[in-house]
Amino acid sequence: MATARTTRVRVSRRALLKGGLAVGTGLIVGFRLPVTGARTALAQAGTFAPNQWISIDRDGAVTIVNSVVEMGQGSITTMPAIVADELDTNLDNVKVTQAPANPKLYGNPVTGAQSYGGSRGVRDHIDMLRKAGAAAREMLMQAGANEWGVPVTEVDTDLDTVVHKPTGRRLPYSALVDKAAKLPVPQNPTLKTPDKFRYMGKVMHRRDTPLKVNGSAVFGMDVVVPGMLIASIERCPVFGGKVKSYDASATKRIKGVKDVVQVTNGVAVVADSFWTAVRGRQALKVVWDNGGMADVTSASIRQGYIDGAKEAGQVARNDGDADKALAAGGKTVEAIYEVPFLEHACMEPMNATASVKPGSCEIWAPTQSPGGTQQTGAKVSGLPAEKVIVNTTYLGGGFGRRGEQDFILDALETSKAVGAPVKVMWTRPDDIQHGFYRPATYNVFKASLDAQGSPTAWWNRVVGPGILIQKGRAQAGTIDAAAMEGVRNMPYSIPNVHVEWVNRDYGVPIGFWRSVGPSQNGFIVESFVDEMAHAAGKDPVEFRKDLLGKSPRHKAVLELAAAKANWGTALPAGRARGCAVMFSYGSYVAHVAEVSVAADGKVRVHKLVGAIDAGFAVNPDQVKAQMEGGGIYALTALLYGAITIDRGRVKQSNFDDYPMLRISEAPVMETHILDSGQPAGGLGEPGVPTVAPAVCNAVFALTGKRIRSLPIQQDQLKRA
Amino acid sequence: MVTLIVNGKRSQVDAPSDMPLLWVIREKLALTGTKYGCGVSLCGSCTVHVDGQPVRACTTPLSAVAGKKITTIEGLSAKSAHPVQKAWVELDVPQCGFCQTGQIMSAAALLAKNANPTDADIDAAMSGNICRCGTYQRIRAGIHRAAQIKKGGA
Repeated sequence: MATARTTRVRVSRRALLKGGLAVGTGLIVGFRLPVTGARTALAQAGTFAPNQWISIDRDGAVTIVNSVVEMGQGSITTMPAIVADELDTNLDNVKVTQAPANPKLYGNPVTGAQSYGGSRGVRDHIDMLRKAGAAAREMLMQAGANEWGVPVTEVDTDLDTVVHKPTGRRLPYSALVDKAAKLPVPQNPTLKTPDKFRYMGKVMHRRDTPLKVNGSAVFGMDVVVPGMLIASIERCPVFGGKVKSYDASATKRIKGVKDVVQVTNGVAVVADSFWTAVRGRQALKVVWDNGGMADVTSASIRQGYIDGAKEAGQVARNDGDADKALAAGGKTVEAIYEVPFLEHACMEPMNATASVKPGSCEIWAPTQSPGGTQQTGAKVSGLPAEKVIVNTTYLGGGFGRRGEQDFILDALETSKAVGAPVKVMWTRPDDIQHGFYRPATYNVFKASLDAQGSPTAWWNRVVGPGILIQKGRAQAGTIDAAAMEGVRNMPYSIPNVHVEWVNRDYGVPIGFWRSVGPSQNGFIVESFVDEMAHAAGKDPVEFRKDLLGKSPRHKAVLELAAAKANWGTALPAGRARGCAVMFSYGSYVAHVAEVSVAADGKVRVHKLVGAIDAGFAVNPDQVKAQMEGGGIYALTALLYGAITIDRGRVKQSNFDDYPMLRISEAPVMETHILDSGQPAGGLGEPGVPTVAPAVCNAVFALTGKRIRSLPIQQDQLKRA
Repeated sequence: MVTLIVNGKRSQVDAPSDMPLLWVIREKLALTGTKYGCGVSLCGSCTVHVDGQPVRACTTPLSAVAGKKITTIEGLSAKSAHPVQKAWVELDVPQCGFCQTGQIMSAAALLAKNANPTDADIDAAMSGNICRCGTYQRIRAGIHRAAQIKKGGA
């Protein structure tokens, strides 16, 4: 006891000292320092832990905390490398730990939330992490200067070593740990100039690859807790439905079934094995109260959208007078574009493990939102949030789905009900049928062109639900920013632009699907612009470039992609190219697709050439990986993706009726990175929006048939 | 009791004979590298080798593999030394990684019978394995690279 207390007091005093400094400089600090005794995960006696991200012990072992959850985007590699670069430590020897849930210490510095989506990894954290590393390095340099009695200006570092430049004397970081720990934390340390980067901008191998090739990486599904039971939940097939009554007698007779309990999302069968739990579900007899959505179908939703499209919407953008320009004559182009609901289909079905006991609550989960998970734990357990322990595992895909709390709630409630640790696992049909879907939308476009083929008006009405409004994160009656992303800010210089939104929400749960609004708005805007280019009789790349004079970054990536794809050069018979360009999540992306269409109408994408300007590519190979992954994600949606609703329930259930693109259909993909030197942009999502329009524009160039509804219907392109 | 030979180790498993091999491996033998993705042989995440052949463990009943030699990702090689694993590390194939153990088992089975797979061979052997992160281009490159490594190529 005495030892523990001593330790705590010592840490508190050190933390308080730093806290005082932080208060003195207000919130304009590169990293938030512990305040009033808050403990960082790394602050131990005998270590140098100047902030919540770094600790160096007396043996020189460097530990860096990664806060951005690893869902495939490489955060566990890239984020610590940013710190390590500024700290000037050997990245190969750095130990990385995953941050516990503690938004005060580890929350995103821009949003404040310990929740990861919106391609916010590198771009929101890079400045803070660089300062965290640089501050630690400056403290070690000062400690070295003090040892030698020389001015710090004569001191430099060289991989885990402080160097006195005039004499060549060297001291390893490990020898300076105790002295550096007593120094004040610089709030505005000098950052490296890019020419000094050891890791940033260069090839960095993924830290997690070795674990992912031998089965040792622990995903949520792989969590084992002593005494743990495994549960599977029978859910109402109709959205919003509830359990009226259930008979578990047959279920309870199955060997291995331990308990059957009702929870918010249905009836949980708790067993010794997942397979037993699933068999237990099959034996359950549940009477459902289907609620108010039992009559909703895809057709009824579509009809609602069509009716909604006849009404005036809320005006999201109004430059000049588009109606007047449209009425003035000239060449007009009109089109309606439709996109379906889509499910994320993370490779790892939803799951979470929880142990809720009197006075304690611990969660192990593949979550995009450790902070949200902690809050859910607090609600279910009744404990204060800071008492809820969240262990974030590797995520078998995220794509926005794993920021939701439904699967966390499942585990917490089931564990609480049975008084034991429980892992709740979803089946694939559970996952497909109980998602938070990319909204289906219906979009009306009108444009006019003058005699020279220059656009004079752009008019666009978007009809569909709003994710932020449905989730209560934006006020009903306002314009949903997520729905408008990509249409409101379409980049083309046209004198008269009118964009409006009609909110139509029929209750299908919707959520953030990789690239969110731009996932459909990239398709509709870039397809319609292509229609305008053809109406104007102009080359689609040149037509766009003429309208992008005020958007040089759009123009630059479009030019780069076009050049790399040999735009304008001859292709073999039966092939054509299409292009698209878009800004999303802080980055600019252009794609050129090369396609062919078989006699039966099957579209084959042979090549995707992408260009991305994400400001500065910290980890270029992983930027490419995200572009490649975004490309396949988008192609899957374009060629196959459709969730349809019948009697309030999802018709699809597995990869047979909700197919995924396979290796035999994957195009050759090239990614060209344009480092513009602008602030870092997002990476996980910007590679998605331009793929579908580039492909459909190529299909038009080849066949003269315009795809205005997704996914592509093969019959539409069949040659008689 | 059913006798199973997994990764060279013989064990007695107390489980119903119709229990899928996947759950025996994951829950009874605590080998969690083999993943559940669909439960109906559509995604390949659960691929293991049975007597050297790639098999979907999610639809293989325990009774069908009694006494047969089963290899899971954990038993593919000591110290991740299989050419496919080496190539995967070299090219950083995985993203989220969830499907990759199944991808690697399918790729290893392909290379075992075909030392020089063409792109068409790869398409045929790997089309049963879904990757939602979209790592197909690197999987293809990884298999070609693994073929080189296997032949002693640097």
